[in-house]
Amino acid sequence: MHTTDIVVVGGGPAGVAAAKAAVANGASVTLIDSAPLLGGQYGRQSIDSAYVGIPGAQHLANTVVWAIEPGKRLHLRSGPLDAPGRAAAVLDAKILILATGAYDRAIPFPGWDLPGVYTAGAAQALAKSQRLAVGKRVLVAGTGPFLLPVAESLVDVGSQVLGVLEANSPTRWLRGAFAGRSKLPELTRYAAMLAKNRIPYRPMRTIIAAHGTERVTSATTAKLDRDWNIVPGSEQRVEVDAVCVGFGFVPQLDLAVAAGCRVRDGFVEVDHAQQTSVTGVFAAGEITGIGGADLAAAEGEIAGTVAAGGQVHSRRSVHKGRTFARALAKAHPVRPGWRTWLTPDTIICRCESVGYGALRRAVEQRQPADLRTLKLVSRVGLGRCQGRMCGRAVAELTGIPEAVRRPIAAPVRLGELAEEDPA
Amino acid sequence: MAHPEVVVVGAGVIGAACAEALTARGISVLVLDRGAPAAGTTAAGEGNVLVSDKEPGPELVLAQASRRRWPTLLAELRDELGPDAAEVEWDPKGGLVVATSPAAAQPLAGFAKAQRGAGVDARQITADEATEREAHLTKKIAAAVHYPEDAQLQPVLATATLLAAVRKRGGEVRGNTEALGVDRTVPGAVKALRTKHGSIPCGAVINACGPWSGAFSRAAGAPIDIQPRRGVVLVTAPLPPNTVRHKVYDADYVGAVASGDADLQTSTVVESTQAGTVLIGSSRQRVGFDDSLRVEVLRELARKAVNLFPFLADVQIMRSYGGFRPYAPDHLPVIGEDHRLSGLWHATGHEGAGIGLAAATGQLLAELFTDQAPHVDPAPFRVDRQP
Repeated sequence: MHTTDIVVVGGGPAGVAAAKAAVANGASVTLIDSAPLLGGQYGRQSIDSAYVGIPGAQHLANTVVWAIEPGKRLHLRSGPLDAPGRAAAVLDAKILILATGAYDRAIPFPGWDLPGVYTAGAAQALAKSQRLAVGKRVLVAGTGPFLLPVAESLVDVGSQVLGVLEANSPTRWLRGAFAGRSKLPELTRYAAMLAKNRIPYRPMRTIIAAHGTERVTSATTAKLDRDWNIVPGSEQRVEVDAVCVGFGFVPQLDLAVAAGCRVRDGFVEVDHAQQTSVTGVFAAGEITGIGGADLAAAEGEIAGTVAAGGQVHSRRSVHKGRTFARALAKAHPVRPGWRTWLTPDTIICRCESVGYGALRRAVEQRQPADLRTLKLVSRVGLGRCQGRMCGRAVAELTGIPEAVRRPIAAPVRLGELAEEDPA
Repeated sequence: MAHPEVVVVGAGVIGAACAEALTARGISVLVLDRGAPAAGTTAAGEGNVLVSDKEPGPELVLAQASRRRWPTLLAELRDELGPDAAEVEWDPKGGLVVATSPAAAQPLAGFAKAQRGAGVDARQITADEATEREAHLTKKIAAAVHYPEDAQLQPVLATATLLAAVRKRGGEVRGNTEALGVDRTVPGAVKALRTKHGSIPCGAVINACGPWSGAFSRAAGAPIDIQPRRGVVLVTAPLPPNTVRHKVYDADYVGAVASGDADLQTSTVVESTQAGTVLIGSSRQRVGFDDSLRVEVLRELARKAVNLFPFLADVQIMRSYGGFRPYAPDHLPVIGEDHRLSGLWHATGHEGAGIGLAAATGQLLAELFTDQAPHVDPAPFRVDRQP
């Protein structure tokens, strides 16, 4: 077991900025990341020289924190999950900075469980890190500016992008554009990319169903009203061999919850110095609110600085970033009409193959009133992904709030557990 | 509803079983829970309906009665509610207790012999017969006993089914209503239950608060000693059907259940669910209501599970969950009316056996409440029993 001053979990923009700031302020820093290279999801989009390494910090790559015990004791495993002999380590952190990021939010629709239906983030990751195209004829749908870089990376690997369907209205986004002034050059660049590749950008439209037997062969798109109800008669069938859908992001809260941090409105609560409700535990980046890489890095810098006992000179970039993030979130809500796209046999929980009809029946018959009983009477969220994929959707469909509590934050084999040394 | 005759405090499996048995006798019932129904200890249970882990004595008698009662009760509820709404994944799969060291073989054989004397179907089998029943079992089998009566059900479904019957008979189930104590008549009998949202007039209150029963009994002015005893279960990723067919225990399970040590005790119970996951229980530790994860506990569970089923070493754990058992220092449930406060009844203290004992507990409580002849001797479970 080792004791180290500051442990940063997560090697995306927030974690890297935190580690750098902590090193700059003289702390001994260990940065833990599950990927082989730093950069996180964001780094995958743009191979950025900022993420080659952090001089002065110890970088534990390919390493997961699978459990946190009281007193900030971290249990680690290094190496691929399916390989034998993952190395174990136990780390007692004096100060812990959590920067565990977010993952794509998916919304269920008929056929979303067919092979060939990807989350936008997964399609982008395949394109960026392995130069793999998910398909030849691809539709991109969902909401939020993230759809644009996804389309771009698909084009880069030779896919024909048949359209980018934004379920919300971008005019609302532009009205709030003063908040995102600094982002305008980026948007202009994406507009040029779409034009150059003749990719139609269609607001207030989305994919409401994917069709196929072995895999997706076509998709139905439809015009949506403001609440995302389908405008009757607007349906169109499009031949595709892949679709990418992304409806924003879900913060990765498992470790923050395990560490005892208070969560409010779905995000880790932090003060002006990025300190959570638990003494000595800081949080930065998407787990404190979805805001993108710039805001995440700004928050990480503050967390790393304060954690190492340094002085924060300006919080301007955080203020600016949060204003932008608020405008972004306001322009790209997930509206309740998506529930009308479902049919009784639409799968809601893919791991346990629970359909919408079965979920509704379980709720009516068994009257669960909290998440634990809901899961046990319907089986949603009990499978491999532990509700990471369907949790939000289930909460909206049932009215029973989602509660993240996964004390085992990453899968671990029984044999590994059995040999875990008493610390 | 007009004022209920009885308010059951606690909508776990014990409260639900009491309410079911009372409404079956025409008594009007309101079931309260401070949180969501079936979401406390019940939701953390494995669903054990066991006779194998009990030594001869009053708890075994109650367990045998309950094991007989469950299938009958479920059949009645299926008739009343329909097969869908009464589905509880009942599985009379049988138990297999295995001693993996020669030192444990003799005590296991003796234990089983005493149980046979008390009417338990406990069959000593050879190592080969054990392997025939469980192909993936360790080869280090020093002794094995097969218990055909052991069964399993899904506790949240079972509780939801009992509560559905209560509702159907006009009873009410109300969550998010914390009980704060009782109001008394001048002579000193219960006249109302006090809650966060005001008093509810009633003729009787049943304390079915599980591990929180001690606190409620103190608030009601008639304290009983029930404490929380933490338990943790590991859940694997789904495995092919029938990888583990019985409830399989190592022989020291028996010792851990009967022990009252506050320190961590583990003994392995390995079983599969209908979804294909394998549940690995269970630890026993008195740590108050501290629910933080302890890797030491998980390690002990994992070690013993791998000792019993070596193939499990390569299987992934998806999650762990824990709960608090209602522990009584003499290991016997408390069932009956309080001798100090007329109208206050208790049905609690079942520790880790509440799912299995619920059917007979509900029946016994309702029999006592309505002055019917009790189907098991209630004396050992009286509130004023001498330890």
